[in-house]
Amino acid sequence: MEHIVIIGNGISGVTLARHIRKNSDKRITIISEESEYFFSRTALMYVYMGHMKFEHTQPYEANFWKKNRIELLFKKVVQVLPEENSLRLDDNTHFKYDRLVIATGSKPNKFGWPGQDATGVLGLYHKQDLEKLESLSVDATSAVIVGGGLIGIELAEMLVTRKIPVTFLVRESQFWGSVLPEGEAKLIGKHIKEHHIDLRLATNLKEIVVDETGRAKAVITEVGEEIPCNIVGLTVGVSPNIDFLKDSGIATNKGVLVNRYLETNYSNVYAIGDCAEQSEAIGYRRPVEAVWYTGRMMGEVLAQTICGNKMRYNPGHWFNSAKFLDIEYQTYGWVWAKPKEYEQHLYWEHPSGKKAVRIAYHKETHAFLGINTFGIRMRHEFFDAILTAQKSVTYVIENLKQANFDPEFYKHYEKDIALQFKNDLSNLKAIS
Amino acid sequence: MKILKTLRLLGLVVFIASILVFIATLFIGGYALTEKTIETVFSSKTDYVTTTLKEVAQEKEILNKEIDNVFVFTNEIESLLESYNTKVTAAIAKEKGLSEEEINQIFKQSIQGDAVVYSKEILQNVFPNDAAKVKLLDEATNWMYVGTKKYEKPADFKNDFTSKISDINRNNAQEYLLYPNKYTKFDLVKASIVGALQENNTLYLFLTFGLGIIGSLMFILTGLFLEPIPGIKNNGIYLSEATNRGWVALFVFTFLVSFYILLYFYPFYIVNWTRIVDPLKGIFIKGASASQWFLYGILYCVSMIVMGVRMFIKYRHNTYQIVRTASVLFFQIIFAFLLVEILPLFDLPGVDLKNAWPLDYNFVTDWNVKKHLEAGHLGKFMLVWGVVLSLIVVPVMVYLYGKRWYCSWVCGCGGLAETLGDPYRQLSDKRLIAWKIERWTIYPILIFAIIMTVVVGYNTYNIVYNPSNVGDSTLFGINAYKINEIYGFLIGSIFAGVIGTGFYPILGNRSWCRFGCPLAAYMGIIQRFKSRFRITTNGGQCISCGNCSTYCEQGIDVRAYAQKGENIVRASCVGCGVCAAVCPRGVLKLENSSEKGRINPNEILLGNDLDLMDLVNQK
Repeated sequence: MEHIVIIGNGISGVTLARHIRKNSDKRITIISEESEYFFSRTALMYVYMGHMKFEHTQPYEANFWKKNRIELLFKKVVQVLPEENSLRLDDNTHFKYDRLVIATGSKPNKFGWPGQDATGVLGLYHKQDLEKLESLSVDATSAVIVGGGLIGIELAEMLVTRKIPVTFLVRESQFWGSVLPEGEAKLIGKHIKEHHIDLRLATNLKEIVVDETGRAKAVITEVGEEIPCNIVGLTVGVSPNIDFLKDSGIATNKGVLVNRYLETNYSNVYAIGDCAEQSEAIGYRRPVEAVWYTGRMMGEVLAQTICGNKMRYNPGHWFNSAKFLDIEYQTYGWVWAKPKEYEQHLYWEHPSGKKAVRIAYHKETHAFLGINTFGIRMRHEFFDAILTAQKSVTYVIENLKQANFDPEFYKHYEKDIALQFKNDLSNLKAIS
Repeated sequence: MKILKTLRLLGLVVFIASILVFIATLFIGGYALTEKTIETVFSSKTDYVTTTLKEVAQEKEILNKEIDNVFVFTNEIESLLESYNTKVTAAIAKEKGLSEEEINQIFKQSIQGDAVVYSKEILQNVFPNDAAKVKLLDEATNWMYVGTKKYEKPADFKNDFTSKISDINRNNAQEYLLYPNKYTKFDLVKASIVGALQENNTLYLFLTFGLGIIGSLMFILTGLFLEPIPGIKNNGIYLSEATNRGWVALFVFTFLVSFYILLYFYPFYIVNWTRIVDPLKGIFIKGASASQWFLYGILYCVSMIVMGVRMFIKYRHNTYQIVRTASVLFFQIIFAFLLVEILPLFDLPGVDLKNAWPLDYNFVTDWNVKKHLEAGHLGKFMLVWGVVLSLIVVPVMVYLYGKRWYCSWVCGCGGLAETLGDPYRQLSDKRLIAWKIERWTIYPILIFAIIMTVVVGYNTYNIVYNPSNVGDSTLFGINAYKINEIYGFLIGSIFAGVIGTGFYPILGNRSWCRFGCPLAAYMGIIQRFKSRFRITTNGGQCISCGNCSTYCEQGIDVRAYAQKGENIVRASCVGCGVCAAVCPRGVLKLENSSEKGRINPNEILLGNDLDLMDLVNQK
């Protein structure tokens, strides 16, 4: 019986294992050094905030794995020997595979700042980071978070719920300015400040000051300001967690290089999820995509290939979501922070500053390109179909009500939005 | 900020103080049985009863004696009633039945040597001047001599005769007996209250209910300013001793369980609490005395209103939660409380018109049906409404909107669970095994309820329309009163009350609704197989975080469906909408729509290659 070994029990590895089991009788082993059972990484914040216990982040009960004959190995892989089809584990034993899947996810970035390895400095990615944060919180006075992305804002929210004052250093001139257009970025920026988080835009970290016990006691910004704190969150992005593949012969760049079939340079070794790097970017997607959804999709596809139905990784229309403190965000299709030359935007914001909608469309063809929605839930299915059918921006505006996914009895804003957008559209036409 | 925090703390202190005063009121003042108490409590009985009771009380030296301890007093009352019953039985036997002496006379004449020659003539000989007694005895015992009946041994005859006579004596005494059951004891103990509570009950009403409401509202309302930004704020729920089965939870659990046990089985120990709410009862009927059920109604409404305010604040960004909470409050206050008090003022049965069978397990009992039939056309209409509600309104509404229309919009149990119980919703068990247990408890209870209803209904039908067929009130060998009593004890009191609410801080707020309620079972079957209701999931947006499953009060593993892009169609879902509220990615939505595609087993979510989705989902 063919033995499939998966390194990493995150969403991609586990999705893959589940789908292989559905389609075949192959022996499956998942190896993880992080946790005994699969848990939802995105939910770690809720454990710290007391919304859940750690066990609630585990989507499957312990006997699920036995029932589905998925073997779990709670060990660390230190070396991959692709020529021998085997792995070396941290207890120095060797482990054979017929096919190997690398699904080891990411690790938090560090950019060589002085003091970055001191006690009190951490990223937020692994279960162990959460445990570390928990123990640091006991005598926390205040915290500085460096890096204005999704993990940064989550960490800020977490600390605020424990009444730990947070200073939030963001390199860009707006919060998450690389992804969010100015309107939305400002809206979220305001909301962050409303939560008494000291948001410092266009501020860079120079160094972390360490006290005599080895614990961080302050950070110094590039303009020389010293901000006292004894927790420093480094949330300046993540990169593929593939250090153990060094000198293995498996081709890597930032991540493990794969083709559209998610194969590496060894035909029986694959990589999926955050750690995989597409040799050629797919559409507008980045070669390395550290997103829950893409990890899951790669797992779904690779299971087909491994079970004999060779299939290209061909993700559908881009979508994503997040929650910034109290404001939910969803996006479907592409809306660029700096509009591309063919791209035109329409932006509506509710006077409360808690809801906003931005639609991107093609200047010439008027085809709908994408939407950002804040504080209003919208249907994935609706936009996926619209994007496939290449409907026009006017169609979307007129049918926005169909897209609404807010709970019953919620106030609807489609009329306001349509009114303003139609107005904007005719103004834009008048100009051109 | 500082002031708000102080106010919040003060609110908590005031609330706890009110609870302590409430508990302390059980032990203040005293009890004294007076002639007047006896007359008031037994005003519907004959003078013979009250006079005899007073005599017995006098003999036992408890008349006008003040006793501080409610347990001691209740014991005295119990022993008083026992002595009274013994005395009355003996007296009545002499007067209306057969005394010991008369029996011996009959035996003397009926037994000659070893032969039994009992007959009507003997009766006429013994009671030459009492035709009525002859008739009574003849009717009761003629089977002992008519036809071929022949006693071989005098002992057999003696046995049969004495047992028949003691039946007669007991029947004669029946209307004079005072059973020492919880109702009689409650009435007597309550009417005997003397001291502080009797004189000053409005003060105590303020110190308990008044301070309790003020304190808890201070605590809740300051939260509005301390968490000024609307949104899901479940922070610290699993870090708190109150909401994560800590010591606070154990205290609340003990209090609630003790309360329910006293309320259902020992109401006479909590007469002081009912005394406190007498002024409120007086609003409806001047000078009336509150029963333990009135006390419960007040507590229920007050808890729901105060915790409803908390819901309004907690979910102020969520219109569904606001409307739903307003709805349960409306139905509790108007239907379950006010109408129940007001209807009797118009000589109509004081029933909760929204309480549908089989949750209302007494609907077909003879006393309930008779109560309705005796109340004229409106009373009959109310009876018909009950049938229409259970057999037409319930299934039709479940088809249209799911069982949520009842469970989390109308129901009293649901109303309490969604307000007072909201802080405990996360404690429900999500494991597969819990789902299995659920199906092995709730459906058998529904079957139990149906069997009980058939047996009790048959008996009621006979009593009302066919009295000659009543017999011993059994059907399939099951006694109607017995099965009703067993159901009421096990399901109505222990499960719905003691476990259902008492265990909030341990098992979560819906253990009754999930594991026990036969109405929920009935509606659940319809919801699962024939309804427009479902919870839809939003394409591929689920991140398996588990907030939905954690906060599902019914213990449904919502995430298991959401992460596969599958609609949630489950018998137990009460449609509270909290899964959709706590979802950080806007994945869940409660919807009523066409039945087509409602149940959609799914393997791959939206967002991936269309061909792959078609292949795997086989659409």
